[in-house]
Amino acid sequence: MSLSIEEVDKIAALAAIAIEEDARPAYARQLGRVLELFARMEAVDTEGVEPLAHPLEMTQRLRPDEVTEHDQHEKFQKLAPKVEAGLYLVPQVIE
Amino acid sequence: MHTLSLTQLREKLDAREISSVELTQHYLERIEKLDPELNSFITVTPEVALEMAKMADAAIAEGSAGPLTGIPVAHKDLFTTDGIRTTCASRMLDNFIAPYDAHVVEKIKQAGMPILGKTNMDEFAMGSSNETSYYGPVRNPWDINAVPGGSSGGSAAAVAAGLTPVATGSDTGGSIRQPAGFCGITGIKPTYGLVSRYGMIAYASSFDQGGPMARSAEDAALLLNAMAGFDRRDSTSIDAEIPDYTATLNDDISGLKIGLPKEYFGEGLDEGVARAVQAAVAELEKLGAEIVEVSLPNTELAVPAYYVLAPAEASSNLARYDGVRYGHRCENPKDLKDMYRRSRAEGFGEEVKRRIMVGAYALSAGYYDAYYLKAQKLRRLVRDDFLKAFEQCDVIAGPVAPTVAWNLGEKSDDPVSMYLADLYTIPVNLAGLPGMSVPAGLHNGRPVGLQLVGPYFSEAKLLNVAHRFQQATDWHRQSPELAK
Repeated sequence: MSLSIEEVDKIAALAAIAIEEDARPAYARQLGRVLELFARMEAVDTEGVEPLAHPLEMTQRLRPDEVTEHDQHEKFQKLAPKVEAGLYLVPQVIE
Repeated sequence: MHTLSLTQLREKLDAREISSVELTQHYLERIEKLDPELNSFITVTPEVALEMAKMADAAIAEGSAGPLTGIPVAHKDLFTTDGIRTTCASRMLDNFIAPYDAHVVEKIKQAGMPILGKTNMDEFAMGSSNETSYYGPVRNPWDINAVPGGSSGGSAAAVAAGLTPVATGSDTGGSIRQPAGFCGITGIKPTYGLVSRYGMIAYASSFDQGGPMARSAEDAALLLNAMAGFDRRDSTSIDAEIPDYTATLNDDISGLKIGLPKEYFGEGLDEGVARAVQAAVAELEKLGAEIVEVSLPNTELAVPAYYVLAPAEASSNLARYDGVRYGHRCENPKDLKDMYRRSRAEGFGEEVKRRIMVGAYALSAGYYDAYYLKAQKLRRLVRDDFLKAFEQCDVIAGPVAPTVAWNLGEKSDDPVSMYLADLYTIPVNLAGLPGMSVPAGLHNGRPVGLQLVGPYFSEAKLLNVAHRFQQATDWHRQSPELAK
């Protein structure tokens, strides 16, 4: 099973990953192989089985609504590709 | 010196036969000499290591040393290390200097272990051969044409080659156990939630679990003592009493019921691997264990279920790499969307892109029930299989992988055939159980791993069984030529 080129484009858009034109057939083939693997799951009837999201089925811990982290924006922003006046810079979004 | 156990190194350090600085220097020299060929480290940190070794020597001098003080360690490069580059073996994080320590790193620092460096791995821990690393593949110290396994292949190779006494790893679908098996060392993946995920770069959060990789069960127990423990910064960390894992290593295992799942000895298992594992089981029987057959009927469905769930979680976890706050950003983006798409295209390798795309697809409208929900239901069936099996036995034994290490490049063109090679390790992650890999022989000159799986929080029992096995055998003491 191979996906169509249109499906690859749709998935790439969902994943926010640019795919080169000539790489698309290879993705179509490989993703198709993975979907064939997924199809094996159909062999088992799971009617009435509760989905298991987490192995220990624990409930999330809650903590008091208090500030626990202190401001370290200078340290963190040192890692950013582009920063100005304490703000992260990205290409213009609003005209 | 690099063939000594942690306990032997402790004795030498305490007796002042050697200082931590000398010991650290010894490993740094071995890395310099042997790692250009093995490529098991992404970053070596001699200054940090020697500075920490000096502090360790001071602690030893003043009598405040703990069991691990002064013994060097290497961290898989997905544990963040404050001030030290943390790449996750990805171009995306090539220049990422972590701003904080992972919980595991913090605890191991407190234990006084000098950090030799950060070990190579599959990119974002996605892979079973260590070939997806942006920094090139790691080679298996037993045979440089073989893969070391993955994703913790660098840690496994470094320990096997005597480049570090012990290392940290992480296991999402087998990433501690399979490379430990391929490199002939001992590794344990603890129960999900025992070791904090804080500062462990996320791949699939409901599976990811850190653990020790070592030369023996005793060494692994010592490092697990330092790694395990509650951490409020990890929302799934377990708040439970942590035992001393070394205290029960020598317990008698007679009467222990060991279950052999028939699905783990069926078609696809290499004969040489089967022979070694059966010989190991016979050894456990000699030690007094009772062998029973058990069944894990949904084993075959674990691989497809895992390859839906883990990529689904990955597609969400890796959405954070957008070129805005840290990580790779493409040149001259024409708008915000272009920046996201091209930064991710350039920053991620092929396997990572594939898994993000698969995950995004599995979660997308129209497919969610057929894939994601179905896989979560299978996850419950796989877990229930184990719970049922543990009504008949105390520990499950079987192979870690169907074959020994394959050759570099052998499976890299066919991702699905590589996925299927994880069929004995993945079910354990779906269930969140502890599992370990113990050296059990050689086949065609390459190591075979025996896998032990226990009920939740049975790490002490697994280490006990492995230790007794290692008292009776010497597979774990065999090392590749370059480690002698």
